[in-house]
Amino acid sequence: MKLILEGNHAAAYAAKLCSVQVVPAYPITPSTHFPEKISEFIANGELKAEFMLVESEHSALSACIGASAIGARTCTCTSSQGLALMHELLFIASGLRLPIVMPVGNRALSAPINIWCDHQDSISQRDTGWLQFYCENSQEVLDLTILAFKVAENVLLPAIIGLDAFTLTHTSELVDMPGQKEVDELLPTYKPAHTLNPKNPMTFGSFCTPDYYTELKYKTQDAMQKASEIIDKVFAEFKSKFGREYKKIKSYRCEDAEIIFITLGAISGTARIAVDKLRAKGEKVGVASFTVYRPFPSKELLEVMKKAKVLAVFDRNISLGFSGALFQDISSCFINQSEKPLILNYILGLGGRDVRVENFEAIVESSKKVLKTGLFKTPEWIGLKEELV
Amino acid sequence: MSEELFVSGHRACASCGETVAVRQILSVAGENTIAVLSTGCLEVVSTQYPETAWKIPTIHVAFENTAAVASGIDCALKVLDKRKGVNVLAFAGDGGTFDIGLQALSGMLERGHNVKYICLDNEAYMNTGIQRSSATPYSASTTTSPPGKYSSGEQRKKKPMGAICIAHDIPYAATATIAYHLDLKKKIKKALETEGPCFIHVLAPCPTGWRFPSELTIEISRLAAETGVFPLWECEGEIKNLKITKKLKERKRVLEYLKLQGRFSHLIKNEKVINEIQRMVDEKCAKHGL
Repeated sequence: MKLILEGNHAAAYAAKLCSVQVVPAYPITPSTHFPEKISEFIANGELKAEFMLVESEHSALSACIGASAIGARTCTCTSSQGLALMHELLFIASGLRLPIVMPVGNRALSAPINIWCDHQDSISQRDTGWLQFYCENSQEVLDLTILAFKVAENVLLPAIIGLDAFTLTHTSELVDMPGQKEVDELLPTYKPAHTLNPKNPMTFGSFCTPDYYTELKYKTQDAMQKASEIIDKVFAEFKSKFGREYKKIKSYRCEDAEIIFITLGAISGTARIAVDKLRAKGEKVGVASFTVYRPFPSKELLEVMKKAKVLAVFDRNISLGFSGALFQDISSCFINQSEKPLILNYILGLGGRDVRVENFEAIVESSKKVLKTGLFKTPEWIGLKEELV
Repeated sequence: MSEELFVSGHRACASCGETVAVRQILSVAGENTIAVLSTGCLEVVSTQYPETAWKIPTIHVAFENTAAVASGIDCALKVLDKRKGVNVLAFAGDGGTFDIGLQALSGMLERGHNVKYICLDNEAYMNTGIQRSSATPYSASTTTSPPGKYSSGEQRKKKPMGAICIAHDIPYAATATIAYHLDLKKKIKKALETEGPCFIHVLAPCPTGWRFPSELTIEISRLAAETGVFPLWECEGEIKNLKITKKLKERKRVLEYLKLQGRFSHLIKNEKVINEIQRMVDEKCAKHGL
């Protein structure tokens, strides 16, 4: 069945198809349409779930943790300040090994307050032990949300699905809706081994001394690494069932590319248009965009970037005091390789500033200059209004 | 004699009031109970990995969200058709209830979850070393409200937590303390039999923080009630339904309660403050007809 859906609604339909059971929610722009849609489904009897209108995002994720520990399939949705407010709980959710799923409408962080797109919110949570998927369109939002439930429940780690504020959350696109029966086959009823059950009492969330903490963190890291393999398997299963192929890194015209643009989120589409224009002029360029960011796909990255001379990493975020986060992660993959490309970092699109085809096209010339002169700054800011600084 | 659901071997101080309260409460709640724990003494002493003192399922998430976690549990049990006959308890200290936990508690009460929230009140942030909370009584010495040349201890009055909860239009709220265990158990039973959110405020004396010899825990709990410092009441619905459950034939002077505790020892020569405390208690008791 084909529907026209905005990203938020695609995520809500995915949650419905996954028969989510408990949805605690708190409104924040731009993800509010998710809980609104869920509440419509419940009001119409299309989804049998407990909908909890909690009094803050911190309580939303807290309620998810309680519900998941009982053995219910649960999700919530937030952005920006709401995600930041949940911060301590993200570590706790992964430490408690609970497969909570959370679409995040990627929005800039205060201060100053800004409701538009950048990736600072979920990128800033990359240490927390949550799987992270990023989407380019409504179809990917729907598919990756379903896939997230499947992977999360297999490895017992929570998952974030990033969708760009407004560009994806509020933009309506054609979506191919999978059938309920097929989704049920992919994702059967959630039956965890350990729950809060008076018939088999257990203590969740112990106090833990230095004697055991390290090993418990090691096991969570181990689960992240296992997730890497599971993701491949689940992507394959999804392809055979629904015909759509997902890869951890989406590679476009990278095979013989000398300069590869690296992107996250909806700007990947813009980058591909730039690549086609540049290729028509004879430039050997390509785009690699991350669909899976955590666990970090180092192996796939090294494969895709094999022949490139330059990696231009576009960060729609900045780790203040250093550089973009994606740049840091990518650079560390190459640090011990005998052959590595020049890795450049570009900060762009912060606080929802529009990212244009020209932004990518311009990088080709500047990359060539860098290769010649060896002079560059890390990071470079694209589109900085000099007169304002 | 039923099985203990909170067993020995935990790391609480000798004669900790909280652990006594927990055993009293669980003797009523029974094994068909799930408990949410807040960060605090109780959680830290009773769940040191890989051991646990709990023979019921428990979960500890964070400091301020006990009520929110319990709310999620309430909803999950419902949706999985496992709600019937299962008690959902939330245990938190005074810090985790009056201060950092207030938002989550308010939300839980407002949404009407079937959770019995028990505040184990030892009147300060004890687990972190005796810092004041908004439950710390007037003039008590804590490490962040120490007496000195310009101070006679905590300057604020105890936050009226019971009234705050009652104002949320909940079906049942009560105070209790461990010395009056029959009263406490009756109230727990009533709460468990009441559908909807209930708030039970238990005064749990702390020998370490209040600085008294450990054999006096029960005595001090008793004196708190007998002096009117901590009146024992219950309330079904609106505040006008509040009724005292432990009437006092003769109310003892507060000094009898204060003089046993090191946290009030700086008041020994301070008649002004002691009289002020007595006046405050007299005023409160007059309102309740105590």
